Amino acid sequence: MAYSKKVLEHYENPRNVGSMDAKKQEVGTGLVGAPECGDVMRLQIEVDPETHVIKDAKFKTFGCGSAIASSSLATEWLKNKTIDEAMTIDNMDIVEELALPPVKIHCSVLAEDAIKAAIQDYRKKNGLPELELEAKIVH
Amino acid sequence: MLKLPIYLDNSSTTPVDPRVLEAMIPYYTEHFGNAASRSHPFGWSAEDAVDHAREQVARLINATEKEIIFTSGATEGDNLAMKGVFDMYSRKGNHIITVTTEHKAVLDTGKHIEKMGGEVTYLKVDNQGNIDLKELEAAITDKTILVSIMYANNEMGTIHPIREIADIVHKKGALLFTDATQAVGKIPVDVIADGIDLMTFTAHKMYGPKGVGALYVRRKNPRVKVTAQLDGGGHERGMRSGTLNVPGIVGFGKAAELAMQEMHQDAERLSALRDKLENALLGLEEAYVNGNPNSRLPHLTNISFKYVEGEGLMMAFKDIAVSSGSACTSASLEPSYVLKALGLGDDLAHSSIRFSLGRFTTEEQIDFTIDHVKTAVTKLREMSPLWEMFKEGIDLDTIEWAEH
Ligand SMILES: Cc1ncc(COP(=O)(O)O)c(C=O)c1O
Ligand code: FES
Repeated sequence: MAYSKKVLEHYENPRNVGSMDAKKQEVGTGLVGAPECGDVMRLQIEVDPETHVIKDAKFKTFGCGSAIASSSLATEWLKNKTIDEAMTIDNMDIVEELALPPVKIHCSVLAEDAIKAAIQDYRKKNGLPELELEAKIVH
Repeated sequence: MLKLPIYLDNSSTTPVDPRVLEAMIPYYTEHFGNAASRSHPFGWSAEDAVDHAREQVARLINATEKEIIFTSGATEGDNLAMKGVFDMYSRKGNHIITVTTEHKAVLDTGKHIEKMGGEVTYLKVDNQGNIDLKELEAAITDKTILVSIMYANNEMGTIHPIREIADIVHKKGALLFTDATQAVGKIPVDVIADGIDLMTFTAHKMYGPKGVGALYVRRKNPRVKVTAQLDGGGHERGMRSGTLNVPGIVGFGKAAELAMQEMHQDAERLSALRDKLENALLGLEEAYVNGNPNSRLPHLTNISFKYVEGEGLMMAFKDIAVSSGSACTSASLEPSYVLKALGLGDDLAHSSIRFSLGRFTTEEQIDFTIDHVKTAVTKLREMSPLWEMFKEGIDLDTIEWAEH
């Protein structure tokens, strides 16, 4: 399968690979996917408790190149957004930016789910009302 | 200078040996005749060339010329053998036995036969890809006409004990067909000593051209017959109509002759290189070899690198050409059905890579590959949440994954 330049670029130089201490109050962690499905994504955000602005984001992904690129891109987009702004990131934005082919759309859905799961985790930890998340994954 | 990328996917196809190509070329230009044209020298020289190639191919597997039917490749041979026996022996029975790890050309032909009223039993394999011979014996009934078991598996290289299988099958009065696509030209295959009744193989896996193969059909003890699946001019003694692919057949013959001369030295050299590659890669943590280490092809290794995903890994392998799962299924995102049949968890099946060496593989290429793979696996593991969890001692089975 031919990968787009942007996927290759993120894959070669992934941004923000790493981990944060999941126990910390300001850190939200989203872990989505399953090893059996061949993809697991973990996205973490560190949020300013006053402003709810995402100060830092990190990821680790087990998956194909498109999944790695999608999560790398997601961490870039998350930084300096408030958690509410971050909720508006749609998987189709990722598809467009990375020029993902149809068979790779689920990799971007995974990234969107990981973002939402990380924000949800942060909200739970910090006593914010939980959001109703619709399941987007259709496999 | 090492030329990149390095080709380590010889089980998918091999390059044509220059000596083979040289033999073929005149049959495109000068001797372009139709081997079935009996009325002029163009046809005669084509026919002579086909006869010679038939001898070369027959000799490689210890058959006689009349037992070789030229086909378009192993897929056609799988179809012709299984459907042809099913049609020819329908009065005797309708039951066929095969194995879950066969090539799609066998499995899907089996499905077709089921639709035509046949009954097919699919034997399971153990975690190294071996069948249980007792199970095979128990599965054969008086309705069983054919047992179809590949000589060597294309994904992990496990070699089945064909001689023992033949004894069991013949004792019970059925015929043995083997898809020997991965074995012929790589390891000694002798249809007499092995007790094979029908066998398919193909030129492009043994340094010959694509689009030409052969079906061996035994003529003596017993005389085996298949019903033709292509209607037409009655070529190949009525079993396979269609103008013969003369240049392809000439190339196949030459490839067979070279294999006979060079197979042993190739195998010896390649198994040493394969072992070097394998041992070096097993130096990585959590790397496992798939298949039967005591009975497998000399030039192939299939390794699972746990906690990295196969497709991502393939992408990291910019400078080497290998396959994840089998080349025939890697267009889909499913893990290999062959590795799943070994009972390998999806996680290991997803992270398996097949390295297959060939006549033109060099030690320098293997050394490069070792470094390249180690770097890629290490890089991807640093990126893998599963690797981190493993390193922290978290049992991944205790995590509630959001299945989707
Ligand atoms: C075991 C086996 N059978 C059949 C085939 C198909 O061979 P061909 O491409 O000649 O039809 C292959 C090749 O992928 C194979 O490995
Ligand atoms: S992670 Fe499943 S194909 Fe991308």
